[in-house]
Amino acid sequence: MEDVRLRVESLNVSFPNGGELTRAVRGVSFTLGKEKLAIVGESGSGKSTIGRSLLRLLPRKAVVSAERLEFDGIDILKASEPEMRSIRGKRISMILQDPKFSLNPVMRIGDQIAEAYIAHAKVGKKLAEEKALHMLEKVQIREPGRAYRLYPHEVSGGMGQRAMIAMMMIAEPEIIIADEPTSALDVSVREQVLEVLRELVDRSGIGLIFISHDLNLVRHFCDRVLVMYSGKVLEEVEARRLDDARHPYTRGLLDSLPSLAHRRAHLPTLVRDPAWLA
Amino acid sequence: MNTPKLLAENLTLDFGKGAEAHRVLRDVGFSVADGESFGLVGESGSGKTTVLRCIAGQYKHWTGSIRMDGKVLPKELTKERCRQIQMVFQDPYGSLHPKKTIHSALMEPLAIHQVPGDREGKVAEALESVGLDREFRWRYPHQLSGGQRQRVAIARALILDPRVLLLDEPTSALDVSIQAEILNLLAELRKSRGLTYILVSHDLGVVAHLCERMAVMQAGAILETLEAASLADIEPKAAYTKTLLDASREYGKARGGA
Amino acid sequence: MTNKNRTTRSGKAGATRSGRSSEGRSEARRAEMRKTLAAILKNPLTVAGLAVIAFLLVVAALAPVLATHNPAAQNLSEALRAPGLGHLFGTDEFGRDVYSRLVYGSRITLYIICLVSVIVGPIGLIVGAVSGYLGGIVDTIMMRITDIFISFPSLVLALAFVAALGPGLEHAVIAIALTSWPSIARLARAETLSLRKADYIVAVELEGASKARVIFRHIMPMCMSSVIVRLTMNMAGIILTAAGLGFLGLGALPPAPEWGAMISSGRRYMLESWWLVAVPGAAILVVSLAFNLFGDGLRDALDPRLE
Repeated sequence: MEDVRLRVESLNVSFPNGGELTRAVRGVSFTLGKEKLAIVGESGSGKSTIGRSLLRLLPRKAVVSAERLEFDGIDILKASEPEMRSIRGKRISMILQDPKFSLNPVMRIGDQIAEAYIAHAKVGKKLAEEKALHMLEKVQIREPGRAYRLYPHEVSGGMGQRAMIAMMMIAEPEIIIADEPTSALDVSVREQVLEVLRELVDRSGIGLIFISHDLNLVRHFCDRVLVMYSGKVLEEVEARRLDDARHPYTRGLLDSLPSLAHRRAHLPTLVRDPAWLA
Repeated sequence: MNTPKLLAENLTLDFGKGAEAHRVLRDVGFSVADGESFGLVGESGSGKTTVLRCIAGQYKHWTGSIRMDGKVLPKELTKERCRQIQMVFQDPYGSLHPKKTIHSALMEPLAIHQVPGDREGKVAEALESVGLDREFRWRYPHQLSGGQRQRVAIARALILDPRVLLLDEPTSALDVSIQAEILNLLAELRKSRGLTYILVSHDLGVVAHLCERMAVMQAGAILETLEAASLADIEPKAAYTKTLLDASREYGKARGGA
Repeated sequence: MTNKNRTTRSGKAGATRSGRSSEGRSEARRAEMRKTLAAILKNPLTVAGLAVIAFLLVVAALAPVLATHNPAAQNLSEALRAPGLGHLFGTDEFGRDVYSRLVYGSRITLYIICLVSVIVGPIGLIVGAVSGYLGGIVDTIMMRITDIFISFPSLVLALAFVAALGPGLEHAVIAIALTSWPSIARLARAETLSLRKADYIVAVELEGASKARVIFRHIMPMCMSSVIVRLTMNMAGIILTAAGLGFLGLGALPPAPEWGAMISSGRRYMLESWWLVAVPGAAILVVSLAFNLFGDGLRDALDPRLE
């Protein structure tokens, strides 16, 4: 595979928990190029922990080890803190589930984006404001001039998330880690946000790590899917061919969703097999 | 003979007063037959949960009427009303008192209604009816997983033996595999106890699975009422319903090919 | 059914537990308490605070054993002796042993703290929870009353009260209580407001619970931990107010060895006999610091929001 930006080889993350170590991520390996990679799993599967460990954003007590954790030739585990700061938010950005918690509540949305641009490109205020307006337009916010002057509590979840994406994109990152970016949004808004994300990623050749619990969403949106369970990647499939997934866990997850076309009185439930973690 | 179990007519509710008033429900009306399961679908802010809270008795300043078995329900939360209608909340982490054991959470309704007889036995029975071991009653909520908590919440709602169960997004905070377990449990309980359900959800798939009929809500009003069985192939009247259906049908189609 | 990681440990305990209800209940409670205790003992500063408080309790309990002299016995020939072998912390202007007075004074301090807390805690909790939960006119009236009390500087209010009733330990206690319940009530009300719409409170309302039942059985247990924390932190302030009243001659009446009163009477000789002021002053400092440290640790252990 060419143009690999990120290489992860047997990543392990553990948290000390009353004398014992809880293993949150167990020997996960993957690479990321110019593609949309999904990491799918249920709560507690360690999918968010992976995203955070790529930016070294885990709590200090976390024990992280990997044979390789490399971004563009930089060893993320060994990089100095100033080096990490030059990566975080600039070359690798993160979008979180709820924009309400990631936007500054006492600052106008536009100003926040402009400020991000000033920090990134070291330009004057005037130019940054123009750029911010342009970014708001780019994420398909209908009246960018009006949205610019709004405070985070005055916008809907979908618009907030798009503003968040605009802010991330302004630094022109090479990798975006999106942790459940649409889970807090309604169906109709979700499509719009995904569309914005899809277009940006496709056009600027960004590598996207899309962390989600929703197999069906991922199947249409991403290229490749890693299915995680209890910190382990059980299966890697092409998103288009998710229905051919072989692992009983993936099959079980797909099967346990209620469907409109195919109504059943009883939904099959997942039987977890300890052998999956062996 | 054919009196609906629940009949809501012209439900209207405003929050705030005077010029600040914000209408959250506009002339909402529907009827639910005895033993039926009725769904309310919509996005956040559509008023679907508000309807549920009016029926539950949490909001009291609505206008219109709600009838149960043909009799007008009083707006006050009477004990009689509590014995008839109970509710299961969306967030299993927020609906159980964090400082009380499961035992005392389940004993509480029995104590309030001064239920005679072996209350401890009833608690154990209620837990077992939702598939939990009776030993669970000495745990605190934080010692349970989300699915287990939701089972406890269902047990608590059923312990007074109500006829109508209001379900407010009962599975949206849960993983899909746990969602399937809870949906199965709810389906079983309805069958064995002859319960009437009103289910609120944003997930059309969940509503279609559990309900026979559903109302699609937007901006505080009901757009249209649909039959669950026809969902796979009908052409909805409202544009919004179509968006909702498309999102869910896409999934269905993909699996249909499997 | 799924058993997630966090439940498996207690799951094992559950299997061996007998079905008897009282046993299961008390075991569940004990496990909770053990957890809180472990959290408290994790922080060395908290432990230090706790140690000082424990030490204070021991000193108060064993005062007759620990004291070397009668705290009230005057001996003018021994007046104003510097700290030394015969008198560990020296003597005051009447030749009374400062060390022994200090030891007996701990009883007075503890007495004031306990009495004030016992009065203030329940009153503050009830006023706050009731007005927060009921809201409306009840809330308005109760909160305006607390506003009035809160807007007085506490020492001035206590002064006015003691001036009206006459000096004395009990009056000082009542005066301090009068000035410190509003902050507890405010706290309990704020807590209640954030709980009022919580699903688990709505759930018991929908079970048909009466308002009193909701307040006393469901809201108050949730306010309890923050009230206890605030009370502990307040104790430092109580000690200081008591000492202040004592210093002004409005607290414990002489010859009672109240620490503040000791400083007050010692200040006339302060320049030559530093120990008369320094020793009780240090005692007040250490004890109120200890309560502050302990309160801080207690908050870390009990307040789930900080996690």
